Amino acid sequence: MANVSLKKVVKRYGREEVVHGIDLEVAHNEFVVLVGPSGCGKSTTLRMVAGLEDISDGLIEIGGRVVNALPPRSRNISMVFQSYALYPHMTVRENLGFGLKIAKQSDSEIKKRVDEAADILGLEPYMERLPQHLSGGQRQRVAMGRAIVRNPDVFLFDEPLSNLDAKLRGQMRVEIKKLHQRVKTTVIYVTHDQVEAMTLADRIVIMRDGYVEQVGTPSDVFDRPANVFVAGFIGSPPMNLLDAVVASAGGRPVGRLIDGVDVPLPGDVAVREGQEIVIGFRPESFAPRGYSLHGAENSLAMTRPVLIAEPLGTETILFAELGGREVQGKMLNPRVVKAGETLEFTLDLARLHVFDKASGKSLRG
Amino acid sequence: MSASLTMEKPWQRWLIRFGVFVAMVILVVPGAWVVLTAFRPNIEILARPAVWIPHQLTLRNFQGIFGLLTTQPGLPVVQYFINSLVISVTSTVVALAIGMMGGYAFARYRFRGKGALFLGFMLSRTVPGVALSLPLFIVWARIGLIDTELGLIIVYLAINVPFTIWLTDGFFRQIPVDLSEAAQIDGCTRWQAFWRVEFPLARAGLASAAIFAFLTSWNEFALASQLSRTTASKTLPVGLLDFTAQFNVDWAGMSALAVLIIIPALVLTFVVQKQLIAGLTFGGVKG
Repeated sequence: MANVSLKKVVKRYGREEVVHGIDLEVAHNEFVVLVGPSGCGKSTTLRMVAGLEDISDGLIEIGGRVVNALPPRSRNISMVFQSYALYPHMTVRENLGFGLKIAKQSDSEIKKRVDEAADILGLEPYMERLPQHLSGGQRQRVAMGRAIVRNPDVFLFDEPLSNLDAKLRGQMRVEIKKLHQRVKTTVIYVTHDQVEAMTLADRIVIMRDGYVEQVGTPSDVFDRPANVFVAGFIGSPPMNLLDAVVASAGGRPVGRLIDGVDVPLPGDVAVREGQEIVIGFRPESFAPRGYSLHGAENSLAMTRPVLIAEPLGTETILFAELGGREVQGKMLNPRVVKAGETLEFTLDLARLHVFDKASGKSLRG
Repeated sequence: MSASLTMEKPWQRWLIRFGVFVAMVILVVPGAWVVLTAFRPNIEILARPAVWIPHQLTLRNFQGIFGLLTTQPGLPVVQYFINSLVISVTSTVVALAIGMMGGYAFARYRFRGKGALFLGFMLSRTVPGVALSLPLFIVWARIGLIDTELGLIIVYLAINVPFTIWLTDGFFRQIPVDLSEAAQIDGCTRWQAFWRVEFPLARAGLASAAIFAFLTSWNEFALASQLSRTTASKTLPVGLLDFTAQFNVDWAGMSALAVLIIIPALVLTFVVQKQLIAGLTFGGVKG
């Protein structure tokens, strides 16, 4: 059993606190992704788990054992670095076997396990090459092979795909997912790419400025973002966020946008009149009539000229004006739309997100 | 840019070749003259007008140094050689050991006064060694280090350590910290990570530091001539002075000894050069 548990973990550099008391439970064999913009403390947190950074305050446990004072080598973890950090003076085989050699395993055992890892990752043709003679994707595989060969309790990934081009990144993302299905292990994975987070994670931890903003499954954070930051961070294209003031129309609460449009608020939202709020809706919830992902019942209709149309094949992203801003809508099974064309859009009111403007917190129950 | 280089006209090419030729003449001729002088009789060396092309070559000058001629007593070259070797090798090895650790510390750790300390080391290099010879002489005389090998070793260490630190710091800086961290996660202690990963990668830098330190000690004359007196500590360059008498200088003998001094330095440079050229084989880290 190798669950990882962070209890009120703090990191300070001198007087400056960069990670502010993080609590996190990672279950055995769970794939947890730490995601957030650069400087949010996700890498620092990972490095504290690895033992590469001191823990200023709080506790980190791996498999129920407090590891605060243990050096990296005693934590039975392995890590894939953003730079891959392959040993340049060793062949692929030596790179893979290095950890086992340090652990004084027998030559035959090293060979067996290295060959096994090479087989899993398809590295056999390159075993005697030096890292400098490998492509980016191959280096990435060697780095992963070096991590799995030691059969660790916990895998740590520090932005492993950010040095690859977009196509290769997609491929390696799938390979990492396959690898986790094959080699069941606890994984903590750091990335700034929310697509990676959504596709790989069992659970996502969204961080900002050294705080955890939300922890949840990909559908949790996508469908029920806890605050404006998470709402804007997860999802591509991003959620539309419009300022509004709560008013009353026909006895029901509405959010009055800057341009005077009244958006009826869902019944489970607790608001008072005059409250400043942020209304959020995903591009999927805003589409021309008849081209929406969801039905048109319980929706707000409005006629808008299309500002820009971005055809993407199976869908087209449409830009229109609402609430004094440009908002994005997603048109499924699209027809050809030209900029300037006026269409009737429907806004799906069942999938509306409402946040308090002052605190940023979600107001949906 | 490259097009204009490949498309240069013949006269330009010849101009460049001529420039290279002049530069090489300036560099090579004095050395070549020493070597030539070492193999010529004194008469020819001192002839006026100068004899440019040697009429006869001889090994007498070398025989003279080793006392193989009846006409003159030999010099204690073997003892000088041993002194030079002991002093140079010791000061190089120790300077490398200290400098490597110091360079690593400067490259990897943050500590109070780091910048000032580093600057201090560099400034110590700006002081001409000879300027220190008088105070050094007085202190060494007081504590009994005049005319000892240890005395010279300490002096050369003081010269070589800052330089070695500076050089190895630069090389360790080029090695990404990730590699040492990866090694530590792979099960190494910090010490093992250094020896198994960072040290092999810094080998080229350490080799060049070793050459510089060795040559500095091996060739140093000014301080050694002040601080050594007898065969107990006289080094080969100081031994050259044995060829100056009150009224004349045995240029032939001096040149012959100079040739003998150059040979080990050349051999060492060739041996270590392989390490230098082998160079750093980066590529494990995306550059």
